[in-house]
Amino acid sequence: MSKILLVGNPNVGKSVLFARLTGVQVVTSNYPGTTVELRRGYMTLGEEKFEVIDLPGTYSLEPSSKAEEVTYQFLNETCQEDKDCVVVNIVDATNLERNLHLTLDLIGRGFPVVVVLNMCDDLVHRGITIDIKKIEELLGAPVISACAVTGMGIKALKERFKEARPREIKRQGHDEIWKAVGMVTSQAQTLTHRHHTLREMLEDLSIRPFSGILIGLGVIYATFKIVRVIGEGLIAHVFDPIFNNLYAPVLEKFSAILGQGNLWHHILIGELTDGKIDFKNSIGLLTTAPYVEFDMVLPYIIAFYLVLGLLEDIGYLPRFALLLDSVMHKIGLHGFAIIPILLGFGCNVPGIMATRVLESKRERFIASTLISIAVPCAALQAMIVALLGGYGFKPIFIVGLSLFSSWVVIGFILNKTLKGYSPELVLEIPPYRFPPLHIIFSKLWMRVKEFIVDAFPFVILGVLMVNLLSYVQFFKIISNFFEPAMKAILGLPKEAVFPLIIGFLRKDIAAGLLIPLSLSLKQLIVSCVVLSMSFPCIATFIIFFKELGLKYLIAATAIMLSATLLVGGFLNLVL
Amino acid sequence: MNNTSKQIHQMPLTHLKRGQKARIVEVAPGKQASQRLSSLGLRMGAVVVKFSAFALRGPVTVKVGSTTLALGHGVAEKVLVEPC
Repeated sequence: MSKILLVGNPNVGKSVLFARLTGVQVVTSNYPGTTVELRRGYMTLGEEKFEVIDLPGTYSLEPSSKAEEVTYQFLNETCQEDKDCVVVNIVDATNLERNLHLTLDLIGRGFPVVVVLNMCDDLVHRGITIDIKKIEELLGAPVISACAVTGMGIKALKERFKEARPREIKRQGHDEIWKAVGMVTSQAQTLTHRHHTLREMLEDLSIRPFSGILIGLGVIYATFKIVRVIGEGLIAHVFDPIFNNLYAPVLEKFSAILGQGNLWHHILIGELTDGKIDFKNSIGLLTTAPYVEFDMVLPYIIAFYLVLGLLEDIGYLPRFALLLDSVMHKIGLHGFAIIPILLGFGCNVPGIMATRVLESKRERFIASTLISIAVPCAALQAMIVALLGGYGFKPIFIVGLSLFSSWVVIGFILNKTLKGYSPELVLEIPPYRFPPLHIIFSKLWMRVKEFIVDAFPFVILGVLMVNLLSYVQFFKIISNFFEPAMKAILGLPKEAVFPLIIGFLRKDIAAGLLIPLSLSLKQLIVSCVVLSMSFPCIATFIIFFKELGLKYLIAATAIMLSATLLVGGFLNLVL
Repeated sequence: MNNTSKQIHQMPLTHLKRGQKARIVEVAPGKQASQRLSSLGLRMGAVVVKFSAFALRGPVTVKVGSTTLALGHGVAEKVLVEPC
């Protein structure tokens, strides 16, 4: 099958073009380094079918990062020597000079290239005009103007991509390419002066130290506020009504049919409270499991990914990474690592997976460990609010402060003790662009779907295990065993052992089980901190193992346990 | 005489003042890194404008052409420029 390879700098709209050509909804982001994996799709034109491959964003063909290595290797394997393929080079028309470097390099190496000048809508705003015919002439390759986002130019691309012709290979050094780039831009591009727009002022303000930090704080505050409002709104107006008014009656009937007291009832429905279904306490596969997933966690996941996706697509996140870079360096990460950490606030699992964009294993380990220990996922946040919300702001603040200080201290220690170095920041700051709504929502949908598919099986597994284990009184034995430690170090009653161990399976169930124990405020705070910092939930545990390996997992677990006891013990003494 | 006046005018990127324009004279961080910087537009002879800097050896932002780049302090120190 003929192949079409999409190649271009990061941030030029490759993903959108890919979606347009293949009709598949794909995740698009506006910061470099996301797409280190290849995406394949198919395009049908009349009778013929083509394979379209979206390669990672790369600035040049000289491999200096993982993304570029993948692209370079792939191009060489797939597209040299009469193989049936076309390279579609997507160029950000508003940044011709830098983008053309890759274009000329591709052409110079003999690949059959079609150039797509994307972001055509932005050209007018920036006072840039491009003579397309001239560029075609100078490059010797078909050039098409497009706005992948609106769909303009896609048809032209489909009609013309076959015009791409392989060339004679002309070995060029860096400098020669840049000279050629200069020649093309001077002949084909005209820049008209226009006033600094509001958008450009905002772009500049958000990366100057003083205004940048103010804007950054504003963004953080707004994020938490919006996520809470949307999350709670969804719970109150969508999910609670579904569970209480639609689902509960059905379950009650089912419960009556099964009859209480037998094993099936216990597993599927759990214990009834006063003869009624109490979603939080029943611990049944059909009761607590879906409730926890859909009525406690999911609303916050949706809210969180919506806001994060928006910040990503607008182009704010690299600026945020920049602001945090010097701070992050002290804990062995560079500013860019803030992104996986932010993702961890939604769910630790995608957070840890996102550490793939960090270049060194050392950085990945530090970031993943910090995420597992000190970043409370949405589920945990929801439960902390449920447990402590009634006591005003201060207790929640104490929990947050403990987590934050642990993050800083552990990061600092890891940075000092682990050999190796973390690479320096080299990051492109893209312009602000507002993406069309349907792209924001389709990305949101993909992330939510991923979360449900990844997390729900574990929730079910967790609830089932808890169910069975409590049936055989397993926890009573464990509680007795751990009682002295719990009491002495953490000041918690032995009944709290059960929820805390459950925390390994699902944090949210655990927090819910703490409610009926009537703990004092101080004990609640300690419990929340211990829950947040101790073993990650089983899903995180497994992902950590998959991404970093057994050795690192054991190290991280040891760090987690000691940190938890230290901080929990400290709070117990001090509060 | 020529040599010394040349030395005086060269400085690492981190020493530029905000808003100052300079031409890149040497990019020294090591072959791989210098290639990466080069493909982003930071190459010999390119004109950059220093945009902002953060205190305490924080990162530096520069504009080169239409691209805005953020560089860690260590990287920026190794890029030698000549103000113009």
